Amino acid sequence: MDKEIKKMLEVKNLHASVGDKEILKGLNLEVKAGEVHAIMGPNGSGKSTLSAVLAGREEYEVTEGEVSYLGKELLELNPEERSWEGIFLAFQYPVEIPGVSNINFLKTAINERQKYFGKDPVAAKEFLKMVKEKSALVELSDKLKNRSVNVGFSGGEKKRNEIFQMAMLEPKLSILDETDSGLDIDALRIVAHGVNTLKSKDNASIVITHYQRLLDYIVPDFVHVLYDGRIIKTGGKELALELEEKGYDWLTKENA
Amino acid sequence: MAYSEDDLKQDLEDQEYEFGFTTDVDSEKIPKGLNEEIVRIISAKKNEPEWLLEYRLNAFKVWQGMVEPDWAHVTYEKPNLQEIIFYSAPKPKKELASLDEVDPEILKTMDRLGISLDEQKKLTGVAVDFVMDSVSVATSFKEKLGELGVIFCSFSEAVQEHPELVKKYLGTVVPTTDNYYAALNSAVFSDGSFCYIPKGTKCPMELSTYFRINESGTGQFERTLLVADEGSYVSYLEGCTAPQRDENQLHAAVVELIALDDAEIKYSTVQNWYPGDKDGVGGVFNFVTKRGICERNAKISWTQVETGSAITWKYPSCILKGDNSVGEFYSVAVTNNYQMADTGTKMLHIGKNTKSTIISKGISAGHSHNSYRGLVKIGKGADNSRNFSQCDSLLMTDRCGAHTYPYVECENPTAQLEHEATTSKIGEDQMFYCMQRGIGEEKAISLIVNGYAKEVLNKLPMEFAVEAQKLLEISLEGSVG
Repeated sequence: MDKEIKKMLEVKNLHASVGDKEILKGLNLEVKAGEVHAIMGPNGSGKSTLSAVLAGREEYEVTEGEVSYLGKELLELNPEERSWEGIFLAFQYPVEIPGVSNINFLKTAINERQKYFGKDPVAAKEFLKMVKEKSALVELSDKLKNRSVNVGFSGGEKKRNEIFQMAMLEPKLSILDETDSGLDIDALRIVAHGVNTLKSKDNASIVITHYQRLLDYIVPDFVHVLYDGRIIKTGGKELALELEEKGYDWLTKENA
Repeated sequence: MAYSEDDLKQDLEDQEYEFGFTTDVDSEKIPKGLNEEIVRIISAKKNEPEWLLEYRLNAFKVWQGMVEPDWAHVTYEKPNLQEIIFYSAPKPKKELASLDEVDPEILKTMDRLGISLDEQKKLTGVAVDFVMDSVSVATSFKEKLGELGVIFCSFSEAVQEHPELVKKYLGTVVPTTDNYYAALNSAVFSDGSFCYIPKGTKCPMELSTYFRINESGTGQFERTLLVADEGSYVSYLEGCTAPQRDENQLHAAVVELIALDDAEIKYSTVQNWYPGDKDGVGGVFNFVTKRGICERNAKISWTQVETGSAITWKYPSCILKGDNSVGEFYSVAVTNNYQMADTGTKMLHIGKNTKSTIISKGISAGHSHNSYRGLVKIGKGADNSRNFSQCDSLLMTDRCGAHTYPYVECENPTAQLEHEATTSKIGEDQMFYCMQRGIGEEKAISLIVNGYAKEVLNKLPMEFAVEAQKLLEISLEGSVG
C-alpha cells in the first residue's frame, strides 16, 4: 500500500490558545489509517483542547503550526466540512437538543453529508436498516432512538449514543474525548465493544483518556503522554500500564 | 471558519422578507380619515341592513370615548387614523362564478404565495376563502360544504344571506365596548369570514382563509365570526402574508368563536405580516382581539405561529362558561430585528370542571422584544377547574428581550393551577454539536428552533405544520453564504 495514502493525520508544531492563555505549545502527532492512538495526561495538559481544535471549535485560536488531514489543510475547513470529510468527535459532555429526535438528527446529519458529496438523500428503508444494525452494536433501545437528542439520557446512555452516532456516520478519524468518564464497567464494555467493532484498516481513532482502564478494552497501538501542551513521551500500550503504576510525576520531572 | 454568535447575529439581521411584493389592482376607495359619515358610507357601500348600521354607529360612539391602550410592552408611533382609508375593494367586474373571472393579477399573487386556487381546487380537503384587501374575491368548495349545511363565506355575504345568524351572534363574545381596537373594528370592519357548522356536523375539511393587506395606506379591519352549533366540529386555519411597504399599516381584526354545547373549534393561525425592514422601518401593526366562548362540554383550541408584524398585540382567549369546557392556547411567536410582540391569552374559568392549557414559546432575535402576557382567572363557581401554563423563551442574541407577564386570579379554592417557565439562549454548545455532526449553521438553527417549538407545531393541522416549520426557518435563517 502507498505510504502517502496511509497517512491520515499529521499535526505539526501546533500552538493553540483560549483568550490569552496558550494551551497547546507545539504539539506533534501523526496518525495512520488502521491505528489507535491513546492520548493520556494530567488535568489541564491540553487533551480536550486538542480534540476541540481538531474538530474546529471556534473559541480555540490556532496561533502556529499546521494540521494536514488526508492531504487537506484541516484548519481551513469549517466544523461541518471536517465532519463531512470523516472526522468525528465523541463529546465528553454530549449536548441535549430538546424536541429534535435522535433519529431525525442523524438523518439530517447524514443527508447534509450526502448533499455535500452531491448525492441523493439516503432512502428511508436503507436508513432504518442502518439504524437497527448500528444501534444493536451499543445496545441502544428503540425508546432512546426516538427521544430528543440526549434529553433525559443517563450518563452511560449519552456515551452509548455518541458511539451509535459514530457508527451511523462511519467516520475515517474518530476522536473519543474522555468517553470513559462517568461510565460504569458495563457501559464501558459496551462502548468499547462498539469502538472495536467499528475499527478497520481504513479508519483510525484517537482515544483521549485519563485512566488506563479504558485501554484494557480498546487496545491502542500508541500511547502518547500530553503534558503542558506538548507530547512528551510516546510508547506502546505498555506505557499506559507504566503510567497507571507510577503516575505522571516521573515524566513531568524529566521535562521540567 | 467556525460559526460564531456574531455570525448568527449578522445572519439574522441580513434576512429579508420573502413575501414582499405588491399586486397592482385597480381599487375602489373612499376618502381618508374617520368620522360618522365614513361609517355610514362603508355600511351603505356594503348594502347593509339598518341594524348593522346602528351597530356600527354605536360602536363608533363608544370608540370616540376611548383612548388607545398603552399597557403592552411595545413602543410605536400611534397611527394617525385620519390618514387611513377605511375602505377599499378591488373593483369587481361582475359577480364571480369561476376562477377565470378573477383578476389575473390576483391569481398571480396567489401563485407567488404558493396557494393558487387552481391547485387548491384539485387538492381535496381545503376550501379557501381568499381575502384580497377587504373583499373576498374567490371562494371555493362552497357548494360541497353547502351540502352539509356548512356555511363558509365572506362576512359581507353572510350579512346578506344569513342576517339572522350574524345578528344573533355578532358582538356576543367581543362586545363593542371591549377595547379601543375592538370598538374601532366594530365601527369600520370591512370584511372577513363567516362560518357556521350545523348541529352534529363534523366539518370534513380544514377551512382556510388567506388574508392579505394590499392597498397602500389602507387599514384593514377584518371581522370573523365562527359558530359551531351543538355537537359539531370544525378546524379553521387563517394564514397571512403581506406585501413589503415603507409605511406602517394598521390591522385591527376581531375574531369571535362560539362553541355551543359539545362543540369543538380548532383555530390555527400562521401569521406573517410584513415585519418591517432590518432597521425597524415599516411593517404592519397588528392589534387583534380574538376570543371564543365555550358552552357546556365544548372545546376551543387556539394555535398560532406568529412571525410577522412590526407590532403585535394579540391575546386569543377562551371564556369557559359551560361546565366541563376546555380551552387551549398553543403559541410560537418569533420576533426579529426591531419587531415587538406582546401576545398571550386569557383563560376565564366560569363553569365547573373547566380545563385550560397554555403553551407559549417565544423566540427573540435581533433587537426585538417578545412578551408573553396571560391571565388565568378562576371564577367563584368554577369548582375543580384546572390550568396548566408553560411559558418558554428562547433568546438568539444578547440584544433582544423576552418578557413574561403571567397573571393569575383565583376565587375558588378547589382549583388547581400550574405554571412553568424557562428562558434559554440558543447554545454555542448546541450549535457546535450539530456542526460537528455535519449539520451546517442554518440547518442547525432551524433544527434547534423547530425542536423548541415542536410541541406547538404538532398542534397544527398536518398540511400546515410543514408550512409553519418553513416559515420559522425563513424568519430566522440568515443569508448564510
